[in-house]
This record gives sequence, structure tokens and C-alpha cells, in this order.
Amino acid sequence: MAEPLLRVDKLVRRFGGIVATDHVTLEVPQGELHAIIGPNGAGKTTLISQLTGHLMPHSGSIHLAGRDISRLPAYRRSALGLARSFQITCLLSDFTAADNVALAAQAREGHSFRFFADARKERALREAATSALERVGLRERANVLVSRLSHGEQRELELAVALATKPQLLLLDEPMAGLGVTESARMVKLLQELRKEVTIVLVEHDMEAVFALADRISVLVYGRVIASGTPDAIRQNDEVKRAYLGDQHVVVRHG
Amino acid sequence: MKSAAKVPDVVSALLVAGLVLLPFYSSVTGNVFVLTMFTRIVIMALAAASLNLIMGYGGMMSFGHAAYLGIGGYAVGILAQEGIGSGFIQFPVALAASAIFALVIGALSLRTRGVYFIMITLAFAQMAYYVASGMARYGGDDGLTIYKRSDFAGLINLPNRVQFYYLCLACLLLVLFLIWRIVNSRFGLVVQGLRSNEQRMQAIGFPGTRYRLVCFVIAGIMCGLAGALLANNTDFVSPAVMYWTRSGDLMVMVILGGMGTLFGPVIGAVVYLVLEELLSQVTEYWAIIMGPLLLLIVLFGRGGIMGLLGRFSRG
Repeated sequence: MAEPLLRVDKLVRRFGGIVATDHVTLEVPQGELHAIIGPNGAGKTTLISQLTGHLMPHSGSIHLAGRDISRLPAYRRSALGLARSFQITCLLSDFTAADNVALAAQAREGHSFRFFADARKERALREAATSALERVGLRERANVLVSRLSHGEQRELELAVALATKPQLLLLDEPMAGLGVTESARMVKLLQELRKEVTIVLVEHDMEAVFALADRISVLVYGRVIASGTPDAIRQNDEVKRAYLGDQHVVVRHG
Repeated sequence: MKSAAKVPDVVSALLVAGLVLLPFYSSVTGNVFVLTMFTRIVIMALAAASLNLIMGYGGMMSFGHAAYLGIGGYAVGILAQEGIGSGFIQFPVALAASAIFALVIGALSLRTRGVYFIMITLAFAQMAYYVASGMARYGGDDGLTIYKRSDFAGLINLPNRVQFYYLCLACLLLVLFLIWRIVNSRFGLVVQGLRSNEQRMQAIGFPGTRYRLVCFVIAGIMCGLAGALLANNTDFVSPAVMYWTRSGDLMVMVILGGMGTLFGPVIGAVVYLVLEELLSQVTEYWAIIMGPLLLLIVLFGRGGIMGLLGRFSRG
């Protein structure tokens, strides 16, 4: 039995009296695109934040490639190959697109206690940045300040930054949030490319995208995983239908 | 846009040229006062530049930066008092003492953010102030007179006004050069990235506090150098140089000149201290004019004087 790349075991996180993550158990094998869906407030972002180390779980464990990372701070997990994109765009807004990506590449090269040489003139870093920007279609925008990029471009840049850290596992928190129809389609296409190279955990509201992309889907409701399986199995699942009562047609439509 | 030199760069270059040529002006016109005044301005510019490294580039609003002026100064003063007059010992001790102080208070205060960071750095500086006030052996409240300036074995003669001025100016330019290299280095980009968005930096794998702390210590050392020079300049060091209003002065210089710009603090120090001098000749209540003037610059010139100049170049 091969060790899955990501193994989450009985994870619990409370906020006061609310159990935002309630004994979540999850396994994501290498190469899978695993989607996590659930209604608003189901605890999806809370779960992602615990995976990345921005939030500490109260109990349970998280293993990455067999290694217990439950208590590691965010920057250590990143060094172990775990990258994330944020639901609300989280970039260095007063830096250029290329600088954002180059810093991510720089983070992969050990410590940054180098005080003298001009980092923007380091070939390797710039090339890594250019190639990551190229992947997401932002090469032409490399020297534009992030604050001047469109929302869609910023979402793509989030991906480029994550890619530049050379992750084993990519955690994407609603990469389509706020994107228009064409931009969404572009993002889906991009993810279809990326999934060939890297294992992805995708949190997304856009059901169309989720069912088009995912190998397996876990459904989170009130912090609990109520179902986990292939898109077809999830579509048939009665409990899921009930949880999504209002959105039921969305799930069924692609049947 | 690239072809024409930018206004802030031209002004910075002129300023440096002016500072280099100042002693000639002083000797031709026989105006000794201007040289004395600008020696002090250059030293304060050095202190402001060091504050700018953490405040402007690093986003760490330290309200206790004047503490290093005192620590550097007392290192020189105490050693002189104890009969160790060599600058080759005094200056390294001043820098090392500043580094240790910065390391300790940085390690504690960098756990906090925002207003708490401002308050805790202020508190540490005030502690240093009261410790110095309590050192009865070294003058306590009244301060410590330094009877002999640091001795550099004939290499450079500090009692000579012109030589001392050039030493201070060389230190300022060296520190500016180092800051320029640092902010464009890998380290500098990390520190600026942390200012911009800490969560993002951690997500791509940077342990923020470590980088901030090193930056904080570097700035402390630089300001300790300013302190050692200042004590030599006044032949005197007292707790007053560490008082919180002095830290405030440094912050004003940085903000006035332009946070996060290389030459901003230098321009800020020159403008602030020259204005103070000129206005205090006009009236005893110079602060009444100075206050509103600063307010206007900060309100209408975001980015300080450098920001204003930058707008000229864009036309």
C-alpha cells in the first residue's frame, strides 16, 4: 500500500463553540486532483489553512509524503513542497509580477541572507520567474506592478507564484473566485495542464469546473466530510443532494 | 521616461555634491558655523537613514531608534572616561553594543505588530534613557563630558573640524551605499516583501521574524555609528539624546524626506534641521511654524519631499 502524498487524519479545529473542522479524514494520492466542495461556511478555507500551517489544528494529524507536518509552521511546509493560492488574492502588491515569482523561486534556494549582490540581476531567478509567468500566460506582464494587474491576471499570478516554489502538492483556494466566464475557462484549461505535473487539492465553488477537473471530490458540510468519491458517485449521493438542497440542480445538471 | 534623469535623482546628486563641497564654502567665506551645523546634520542624516532601513523598507515603525545614538555615544564616552581613548576600540565597542541591544529588543518586540511594536520599542528606548540617567559614575542626568575625541593614531584627526566633517560624511555615504546594496539584494527583497505581505511571504517559505530581526540589528549598528560620531561632535553625551522626542525627530526626518527612498532621510534631515535653525533665529516659538509646515508636507506630499519631487519628473 503506497503512502498517499497527503494524509489528513481526524483533524479538529474549533473556534469557540463552533467546530469548523470536525474529524476530517482525507487521503490524496500522488497525481490526483482532489476537489473539496461544500456550502458557504462549511470550513473549506479553515481546512486549507490548517494544511498550509496558517492555522494550527486542535487535534488530528497531517502527513505530507509520510512526514508528519501537523505542527510545522507555514514556511517549513512550503519548503517541503506544499504551495497554496489564496481565496482572496494575496500578493506583494507593490512589487512587479516578475518580482513576486522570483521571490518564490528564491525561497526554494535555501536562506536569503545575501546582502550585497543585486537579486534582480540574478539570471537563474529571473529565468525561473519568466518560465512560471509563461506557463500562466503572463509573460508580457512581467514588469507590471501587481496593483496594476487585472483581477484575473492576479489570480493567474497567484498560480505562477505557487508553481515557482516547485511544489509537490498545490492547494488552490477558489482560484476561479471573481473570474468572468472567459477567464474561468482559461483557468480551467490551465489547471488541466498543471494537473499532469503536480498533485492538486482544489477548493472551488464553480461546480462546472470541479466536475470537469476532479478525479475525486470530498464534500464538506459543517466541518465534516459527508461524502468522498469520484464525480459520478458524488453526483448520485443522496446526502450530498440534501446538503446542497438549494443548489441541487447545479450538481445534477451535469449528470 | 527613462532617458531623462529623474528629478529626485538630480536633487540627490546635487545634495551629495553640496555636502562634499561644503568645507570649501566654509573656508572661503570663513563661516565656521555652517560647517559645525552640517557636521551635526550629516550625523543625524546617518541616523535617519538607518531608521529608514527598518521603517521605510522593512515596515517596522520603531519609535525607539534614538536609543542607539545614546548607546553609541556612551560607548565612546565611558571608554574615554576609563582611559581608553583609541577610536579603534571605541568605535567597534559602540557598534557591538548597539548590535547586542538591537538583538535583544528586536527579538522581544518583533513578536508584536503595529501599534504594539511602536509602543514596545518606545518603552525599551525609555528604559535605556533611565538607565543612563542612573549611571552616577558617568554623569547621570547631567551627562558625561568627553575631554578627548576618539584617537585614530594619527590616521585621521578628529579635533580638526574639516577632517571630522569628512569622516562623518564618508560614514554617511558608506552607509547609504550599503543600504542601497542591501535593499536590492536577496535579503532586502525578502524584508520588503515582508513589509508588503507577510502571509504571502510565509506561504512561499520565508520565516519572517528571522529576516526582520537581522534587518533590525543592521539598522541598530548603523545608528550606533551615528551615536559614536555624535558624541565626538559634541564632546559630550547625555541621556537626553535617547529621549523619546529624539526618536520622534528621526521619524519626522524619514517621513519628511520620503520613507523607503535611499536619499529621502538625508534630505529630510537637512530640511528639518536647517528649518529648525532658521526658524529658531526668527522666534523662540519656532515649533509653532515648524509644526504646521511639516503637517502640510505630510498631508499634501505623500511620500515626503522625494514623493513631491517624483511628481515633478512625471510632469
